[in-house]
Amino acid sequence: MSMHRSHILICSGSNCSHRQSRAVRSRLRQAITETGLEREFKVIETGCFGLCQQGPIMVIYPEGVHYCRVQADDIDEIVQTHLQKGRVVTRLLFKSGTEQSVELPKTAFYQKQKRVVLRNVGLIDPENIEESLARDGYQGLAKVLDTLSPEAVIAEVTNSGLQGRGGAGFPAGRKWEFTRKAPGDQKYVVCNADEGEPGTSKDRLILEGDPHTIIEGMAIAGYAVGATKGFIYIRGEYQLSLQRFRQAVAQAKEYGLLGQDILGSGFHFDIEVRSGAGAYVCGEETALLNSLEGKRGEPRYKPPFPANFGLWGKPTLINNVETLANIGPILIHGADWYRSIGSPECPGTKVFTLSGNIANRGLIEVPMGITLREIVEDIGGGIPNGRHFKMAQTGGTSGGCLAVQHLDLPVDIPHLAEVGSSLGSGALLVVDDSHCMVDLARVFLKFFAHESCGQCTPCREGTTLLKRLVDKIASGSGTAADIKAMRRLSTTMQMTSLCGLGQTVPTPVLTMLAYFNDEFMEHLDGGACATGVCRAAVKGVV
Amino acid sequence: MREWVRQTVEQFGRDRHQLLEILGHLQRGRSYLEKETLLAVAEELDLPAAEVYGTATFYSLYSTVPRGKHIIRVCENAPCHIDGAAAVLAAVQAYLGLQVNETTEDGRFTLETTSCLGICSAAPALMIDDDVHGNLTPESAVGILKNLA
Ligand SMILES: Cc1cc2nc3c(=O)[nH]c(=O)nc-3n(C[C@H](O)[C@H](O)[C@H](O)COP(=O)(O)O)c2cc1C
Repeated sequence: MSMHRSHILICSGSNCSHRQSRAVRSRLRQAITETGLEREFKVIETGCFGLCQQGPIMVIYPEGVHYCRVQADDIDEIVQTHLQKGRVVTRLLFKSGTEQSVELPKTAFYQKQKRVVLRNVGLIDPENIEESLARDGYQGLAKVLDTLSPEAVIAEVTNSGLQGRGGAGFPAGRKWEFTRKAPGDQKYVVCNADEGEPGTSKDRLILEGDPHTIIEGMAIAGYAVGATKGFIYIRGEYQLSLQRFRQAVAQAKEYGLLGQDILGSGFHFDIEVRSGAGAYVCGEETALLNSLEGKRGEPRYKPPFPANFGLWGKPTLINNVETLANIGPILIHGADWYRSIGSPECPGTKVFTLSGNIANRGLIEVPMGITLREIVEDIGGGIPNGRHFKMAQTGGTSGGCLAVQHLDLPVDIPHLAEVGSSLGSGALLVVDDSHCMVDLARVFLKFFAHESCGQCTPCREGTTLLKRLVDKIASGSGTAADIKAMRRLSTTMQMTSLCGLGQTVPTPVLTMLAYFNDEFMEHLDGGACATGVCRAAVKGVV
Repeated sequence: MREWVRQTVEQFGRDRHQLLEILGHLQRGRSYLEKETLLAVAEELDLPAAEVYGTATFYSLYSTVPRGKHIIRVCENAPCHIDGAAAVLAAVQAYLGLQVNETTEDGRFTLETTSCLGICSAAPALMIDDDVHGNLTPESAVGILKNLA
């Protein structure tokens, strides 16, 4: 590696890939060969850099120059001007508003970020285990197997204050402890990579960019809870993640980092990769377990919880991809270090997928407790097209809808809960003032009505009824009684639904009714939709 | 057919927990799972036919009815919606002359909607078979369909 004068990193994540990055990559390799530069420049295909909106992204080291929106036709100019003459191709640099930057890490987009989970994503070739090892890959596992008892590992995770990043925010250390203490000789570790929450792609980009950190996290979890077998359940639509993860597992086995007697410690651990088959509800942990058992992915009643009665009735630890990506760093650097990041009640970082009406859409990682305004304005680059901020939905479609008065709210689990929202999976949808909240509510409820698995009555009937009520309001024929019915139905669903799906459908509904009440009122009794969106949309349906 | 099912079951293991992998494998390269295939799987795994059928119909990536050669899945989730997914879907519907979940008479196209494809930075998006296309306009979406073989 050191033989090369310069390294050229280019994103091969799926967000860049569909912006023709494959063509860019092959053209680059070809141009470097044609000009005889292959001994000087090494091309490395990495995971996501985060600025998906500006992809495909290319970075040239040691200078650290970032090029954005690179197309195959730009390659000749980059090779001739930059690689051969050492001059920067200014027109391809990152621009956000008036800001133009040679090095992305110096931009507002990166300055406010803190990379723990994404520490290697975009920096290493995910298909080569050596690159992971050259950074911090498997160091946490080595330390654990060498020096720590399972109880000590659990204590470290507990002290770090890490909470689950899959949606429910349950303290990770406690869940590990429950699973360790549950009676049973056979236990399992399951990684939840079913990511189906609309607006979320962080787990996929972690898996594509740094699969080894998940293998490491799962192995450490296995050691801590006393499991020798792990499963990862990856969403069926995520073909690149499936392929990269299978490859990473094979490499880890080859290097003795998975399988029998890992690193000579006597600890055995294996991972089986399973693919989902298209069902949002399978992200719910007990539905996921049923699906792994080859059944319909219907949620189970809880209790018993998976820690006691999980896969095939055995004690099972289920954690989200991002939760597990934190484990290696916590064990290398310690709980105190982890607690020094984020807010006291909610330590660490959070990965968000920024989408909607925001300048810099993409993947970011920020310390917990950063304000919504900092995310939207500084990192996100604000609202484009001269429009104004109207709403931010945290946590995906099952999260709450926040308004302009919430912009200075610290974003972490307790603060979002206070205003009736949730951190959820870390989706952040920003919506400008050209959109109508009633219309958006229809979109949310259509999704839930489709994804409800139909097993329990409150969710099966409630989602459809809510959708009908909102359709009616959008059409202009709603009344105050319909709003009241929406509230009552929401409360019933929160209290009586079997699983988190039905229990969280009311989150967007109730926050919308709380913070955008006037807008719903305007639609009642033949009133008009101020944005004009509803009239146009409803015509198509009725 | 029977032999092919038996081989597949043997490849994955005669185990109920392999059912999804087995169904996925059997559907690969075809548009759906035939009734006879499902019955054969049930017999091979020694499961009630209703269990196998119930599982197959639960998941949106499996189909028990014939679908077109190309499956077009338009995303209409919130991030795509606010970037004009409805207009894209309307244009695709008009071009194909289909409602959602219908197949063209010549058997070439099936139109579906999809859950979030996770490329919201390039909304609105749709997926044709295994390929995802983003940053669509109604015109560009129809253009992509016109270029399909
Ligand atoms: C409808 C529904 C969908 C869910 N989808 C996911 C998902 O895609 N990924 C995930 O990790 N957790 C998801 N969850 C949360 C899981 O049930 C569970 O809380 C999580 O996997 C636990 O891991 P953690 O403690 O590391 O967060 C979902 C929950 C519900 C109710």
